[in-house]
Amino acid sequence: MLEHLWFPHDISTFGPQIDWLFILIFWITVIVWALVMIAMVTFMVRYRHRPGRKAEYIEGNPRLEVVWTTATAVILIALALMSKSTWAEIKEHGPPGQVFYQVAGKQFNWEITYPGPDGKFGPKAVTVENEMHVPINQVVRIELTSKDVIHSFFVPSMRLKQDAVPGRTIHVWFQAREPGTYAIPCAELCGFGHSGMQGTLTVESEADFQKWLKDQYANQQ
Amino acid sequence: MSSTAAVAVHGAHGEQHELGFWRTYIFSEDHKMIGRQFLFVALFMMSIGGLMAMLMRLDLAWPDTQFSFLSILPQSLQNDSAITANTYNAEFTMHATIMIFFVIMPILVGCFGNFLIPLMIGARDMAFPKLNMLSFWVSAGAGVLMMASFWVPGGPAAAGWTSYAPLSAVPLYTGVDWGQNLWCMSLIVLGVGSLMGSINYITTIINMRTKGMTFFRMPLVIWSLFITAILLLLALPVLTTALALLLFDRMGGTHFFLPPGGGEPLLWQHLFWFFGHPEVYIMILPGMGIASELIATFSRKPIFGYRAMAYAMASIAFLSWVVWGHHMFQSGMDPALGTGFMLTTMVIGVPSAIKTFNWLGTLYKGDIHYTAAMLNGLSFVAMFVIGGLSGIFMACTPVDMYIHDTYFIVAHIHYVLFGGSLFAVFGAITYWFPKMFGRMMNEKLGKVHFWITFVAFNCTFFPMHILGMGGHMRRIYNPTQYDFLKPLEPINMFISISAFVLGAAQFLLLANMIWSYFRGEKAVENPWHANTLEWSAPSPPRHGNWPGALPVVYRGPYEYSSPESAEDYLPQWQAAEAATAAAD
Repeated sequence: MLEHLWFPHDISTFGPQIDWLFILIFWITVIVWALVMIAMVTFMVRYRHRPGRKAEYIEGNPRLEVVWTTATAVILIALALMSKSTWAEIKEHGPPGQVFYQVAGKQFNWEITYPGPDGKFGPKAVTVENEMHVPINQVVRIELTSKDVIHSFFVPSMRLKQDAVPGRTIHVWFQAREPGTYAIPCAELCGFGHSGMQGTLTVESEADFQKWLKDQYANQQ
Repeated sequence: MSSTAAVAVHGAHGEQHELGFWRTYIFSEDHKMIGRQFLFVALFMMSIGGLMAMLMRLDLAWPDTQFSFLSILPQSLQNDSAITANTYNAEFTMHATIMIFFVIMPILVGCFGNFLIPLMIGARDMAFPKLNMLSFWVSAGAGVLMMASFWVPGGPAAAGWTSYAPLSAVPLYTGVDWGQNLWCMSLIVLGVGSLMGSINYITTIINMRTKGMTFFRMPLVIWSLFITAILLLLALPVLTTALALLLFDRMGGTHFFLPPGGGEPLLWQHLFWFFGHPEVYIMILPGMGIASELIATFSRKPIFGYRAMAYAMASIAFLSWVVWGHHMFQSGMDPALGTGFMLTTMVIGVPSAIKTFNWLGTLYKGDIHYTAAMLNGLSFVAMFVIGGLSGIFMACTPVDMYIHDTYFIVAHIHYVLFGGSLFAVFGAITYWFPKMFGRMMNEKLGKVHFWITFVAFNCTFFPMHILGMGGHMRRIYNPTQYDFLKPLEPINMFISISAFVLGAAQFLLLANMIWSYFRGEKAVENPWHANTLEWSAPSPPRHGNWPGALPVVYRGPYEYSSPESAEDYLPQWQAAEAATAAAD
């Protein structure tokens, strides 16, 4: 449904949970809006002034107040409780990682660091600007930071966003279900180059990913 | 001060003439004149803030395009007749800063707070008239500092009105030097002016209500201003502190927010938003109060659930202190905190919903008169509903992960601040113009202004929800730099054209105000047949507000269509005997 609402196609394993919550809230708000507007317009038409009309002296209705207060509170609190686990899974827990990256925002690029052939983020690690290649269907884990100001790592097709803060390392994970290339715009004002700051996420087979990575090691020599 | 003492000092009539031009119009201690001063300066600032918005929309429709007319603007706003990334960043920063601090707050709190509080509670003036005058001039000084920043090398602040560190803390990161320093200084000074106002309003409301005016006979707009003044008192010092720390980092070599020196960028966000969230309720609560006055008066019906309305505003104010983290869900703050803030944010939606239902209840079985003021008041309710509902999406932390820092947020902000607060301002200006200036505004022109504004407003801001759903980020000067945003460009164009119409329509309001000031139909004391105390004073009131004794209050403010009166209104100041005599 959300692609009819201008959302980019979702390729993330946790994307459907987010999209489901969006749709739930969408229908709740649309229905509430419609009911409120129907009531408002009906009253505005039905009770408009005409000669000889008098308003009815009504001061309130305490029982009605309790009813609509309770109903509103129940719906909103239920929404919060329904969202808790998705949030915790994405930002706190998540599955164990299979491929590892270090990403740093730096005016005005994403510096993506891949572990070296030895699997370590040591002297043999390679850093590429703005090009993030990941193997499909594997859990990607990123240590995210910034080298200057706050940036924000936003992958619309993953429904993923995490601010990159200097002085902090923040853990981010995702798992891509479909191949292709996707945008990684910066989503936090970071200076005059904020507009246009974007990386490219390439999701490919394990074989293609290893081949690309080998080329990066070679270029580094 | 007691009423007799006030009369002795100010005199019943004519004392005003002896004060001369400067002390009557420029350095006035009269709350009504100070209220008008805030209004005029704020309307001027609205044109500057509006200009910023028009420049932004020009850029978003036609990025990287030269327009020869831009050359008349200072260097800080255009480069070689085009809007650049740098000037765009300055434009959205100053748009928000000016609209929030120099338009909405001065009009709602500085103008209407000042003008209405003594008149509606039955006092001759504020508790501290000299402090009142000082609060205006301090605020005006803050305005001068802010405007000066357009002309310094490096231009004005360009780190967003939210001014996140380290971007805002290190001149090298933005290329802005004195502009950002002046921004901090201006807002520190403005905070001082606001504090003076808060002290005055709180003291006046607690101590100077006339005989019979109990707290629960106060009009809801006074409740809203009272609660707002308390929020300002408690929240502003936090902003002032944050701004001082930022200035020290920028100019004093400290590292409060700078990691290389052991500082913490998130500290800025916590401080700013601890102020920032109560701040947005400061901007909406007086609007809610105004809406209640307009809807009750023009439905000729009591406000539905008066006490619930007052308690709801107090609940909103109380809860506003524990929701600030919802601005920081994606900031790197502990996600568990995010869950807590999600819950409190959902809960704060409840009292706002109650108020909406009560406004609808007020319309129910009313006798509704569609004056220009009423149309603006009704629009407040309808637009605030949309703004409030969109807030539910962002309150949900996982959904916020996607829509944070997109135009979905921009849509929400503008539905509550323009759709809410600004329509309330338009309604308040129209409604109280007769009391302020002794003349009626032109009804027909008022309705034309309303309808064009209403349609253009929705055409401008509703599509922004769509942009947000498409992932369109905020604060980018050229969306065409992103392939995934290119399909949304037609929407940006539509929004820009609508925004130009919206901006142009505001000249109708300005024209109405100017024309009516000189040529409007002379106003009687109570042109709206309303119940609240200000309508028992002359239009406009002289110094001391009532020529004789202060009014006495016999009942609540919303006794419309009361069985105790033959008329469809029963003013607060009218004694019971007169009412029953009229009913016979």
